[in-house]
Amino acid sequence: MNSQLVLHDKIQDDAWQVIELPAIEVEIKKQAGKIVQFKLTGEDFPTQKQIEDTVVPEKGHLILPLKVFLHHKKALDQRLKLGEIAIWIYTHEEIEKNLDNGDSLNQFPLIAIKTEKFADGRIFSIAARIRNKFHFKNDLRAMGDVLKDQLYFLKRVGFSSYMIRADRNVNDAISSLKDFSDPYQGAYDLKEPVWRRKNR
Amino acid sequence: MYKYDEIDQAIVDERVAQYENQLSRYLNQELTDEEFRPLRLQNGLYIQRHAPMLRIAIPYGLLSSKQLKKLAEIADKYDRGYGHFSTRQNLQLNWPKLEDTPDILRELASVQMHAIQTSGNCVRNITTDQFSGITPDEIIDPRHIAEIMRQWSTFHPEFALLPRKFKIAVTGSSKDRALVQAHDIGLEFYLDEQKQIVVKVWVGGGLGRTPILGSVINERLEWQHILTYCEAILRVYNLYGRRDNSFKARIKILVKALGIEKFKTLVEEEWQYIKDGPNTITESELQRVKAFFSEPAYESNIISNLEAYQNDKAFSQWLTRCTHKHKKQGYRAVTLSLKPTHTAPGDATSEQMRAVASMADEYSFGEIRVSHEQNLILADVREDNLRELWKKAKDLNLATPNVGLLTDIICCPGGDFCSLANAKSIPIAESIQAVFDDMDYLHDIGDINLNISGCMNACGHHHVGHIGILGVDKNDSEWYQVTLGGNQGNFASIGKVIGPSFSAAQMPEVIRKIISVFTTVRHDDELFIDCVHRVGLEPFKDLIYLGEEH
Repeated sequence: MNSQLVLHDKIQDDAWQVIELPAIEVEIKKQAGKIVQFKLTGEDFPTQKQIEDTVVPEKGHLILPLKVFLHHKKALDQRLKLGEIAIWIYTHEEIEKNLDNGDSLNQFPLIAIKTEKFADGRIFSIAARIRNKFHFKNDLRAMGDVLKDQLYFLKRVGFSSYMIRADRNVNDAISSLKDFSDPYQGAYDLKEPVWRRKNR
Repeated sequence: MYKYDEIDQAIVDERVAQYENQLSRYLNQELTDEEFRPLRLQNGLYIQRHAPMLRIAIPYGLLSSKQLKKLAEIADKYDRGYGHFSTRQNLQLNWPKLEDTPDILRELASVQMHAIQTSGNCVRNITTDQFSGITPDEIIDPRHIAEIMRQWSTFHPEFALLPRKFKIAVTGSSKDRALVQAHDIGLEFYLDEQKQIVVKVWVGGGLGRTPILGSVINERLEWQHILTYCEAILRVYNLYGRRDNSFKARIKILVKALGIEKFKTLVEEEWQYIKDGPNTITESELQRVKAFFSEPAYESNIISNLEAYQNDKAFSQWLTRCTHKHKKQGYRAVTLSLKPTHTAPGDATSEQMRAVASMADEYSFGEIRVSHEQNLILADVREDNLRELWKKAKDLNLATPNVGLLTDIICCPGGDFCSLANAKSIPIAESIQAVFDDMDYLHDIGDINLNISGCMNACGHHHVGHIGILGVDKNDSEWYQVTLGGNQGNFASIGKVIGPSFSAAQMPEVIRKIISVFTTVRHDDELFIDCVHRVGLEPFKDLIYLGEEH
């Protein structure tokens, strides 16, 4: 199988198509003499032009950038009800600030979070929040710079599928879901800390 | 002390396997330098000037004699026969080989030790008071919670890749020896009016480039909620801390930018979703952990023989400086000074480690503690054994009676070893120790903390030294900036810079001048720090920069 997707702890074909934003020239910023690698949480993103220029295919199961979804929300209503529309955000986007109060995240069959850099640990807290605070019950997918060494943590905070970076061996990566047999603290996958789960 | 069960042991064993796989992928070029960096750092492995440096965790500074003997063995087998005890109560090896690191970790795991999260942008080793459990001014023994927090923070899935490193300290005494106000989170245990155990929570303190003392985020938190409350703090930090600029990425910058009230609002908002959740600590878990720290089998009716040696000046000086009050009649805690002249502060040879381990077996229930002042402590020594212990310690060069004095210098490894450093720090410490070699004079001067850091990362805690020395780089040469008036403890303060920096050669003379001003303007037995706060910086500047504008 030629797929980089791990779903339910197995390599599976992907039923979804990820819609990217059109690339634009980005100004290189520097801080303290170094090129800035991470956008700040809540930074203005993307441009109106990027949103408007994104082409939304008329058919198929789509994972749309959150802002693109919002832009086409009315037109997509029927497809959303049919379970064909999912959304993705970057780790610097705040999902809750972009949705109306009445919008349950559970209207989406899938939410994907894209990390641009392995070292960007926001992906973990965003997932924890989506699961615990917004009670999202459907597929939560990690994508972007997703490598073997994050998988165990990603699983623990509530991810259910992982798109392993294209240049890495997915068969090797999958083994890391079982790096540790009995973690100490409670998280999304094992809710209770070890001293509640086991008689120590 | 805490003993691993099969669950704890599985975690360190599985970690060795995981790390070994990561290292082999790196050596096979399946991981780039950039990808391997956070992975090796999470395991305390730095790539340094001469060789990798491996930092081994000593949770809240507590070691068994068996563990210390193993550390000595590792230092001999994989390094050059010595190690450096750090201000974070850890042990650093300066000369291991990269390909040996999995074997070192395997050896550590065999004595319930590891190097997990001793570096990297994650929750680091939790530190506490070196006199926990034995000090008369203790209200709550902080080691119980420190151990519960050690477990909770170990591979916490949400906080493995934070904006920057994250340090937590816990204290349970009326006198704070754990520097809680200089930590990302500081926890101060106390009893409230109803005699309930509660915690005062400080957040956003830290030294480094921008020294700031923490702000109180919660005056009274019930102890059961510590883990969930810290999770809420860490979550807000993880999401909103500055990742665009590593110099501004610590939580202190976020707390300062938002203001403590706004930061607190965000934390409380997060907390309400996890408060009372499964990570709420239960009484039974507290009791389970507490049992590991129960009192050793103290003997009563110990007849002290110390009066017999009243006229032995050298022994008396050592008793005054290097032994500490114990809650149990007839016992004292002993500090073995790792600050003799002519060795790097905090360094111990494998021979010394083995000897200290044997002394711990013989005199102190087989346990050793590491202080953030980089000394070793035997916490439970019978008074009638002190004389014998002193003689042995003296033979090992571990009885310099300078604890708390000017030459008990706190010092990072500096430019001799560390690739971050702007300047050397160990030779500065040695040159100062060489000038102040008269023990009587040192005792007359009294308590002074002198701290040296080789760069603004402040591993030597220079900001809270009564005298602080910071190595700086000016046009590719090494200079030293001096601060006065820093302080640790309940009345923590950040030292102020006295003026332009000095060359290494000038430093002993600068310190000599500072001490000479002090001894001139001092009232009776006034402490150095009180004197600096009373007279201010001017008299010191006047002498040091005599004839120069400042």
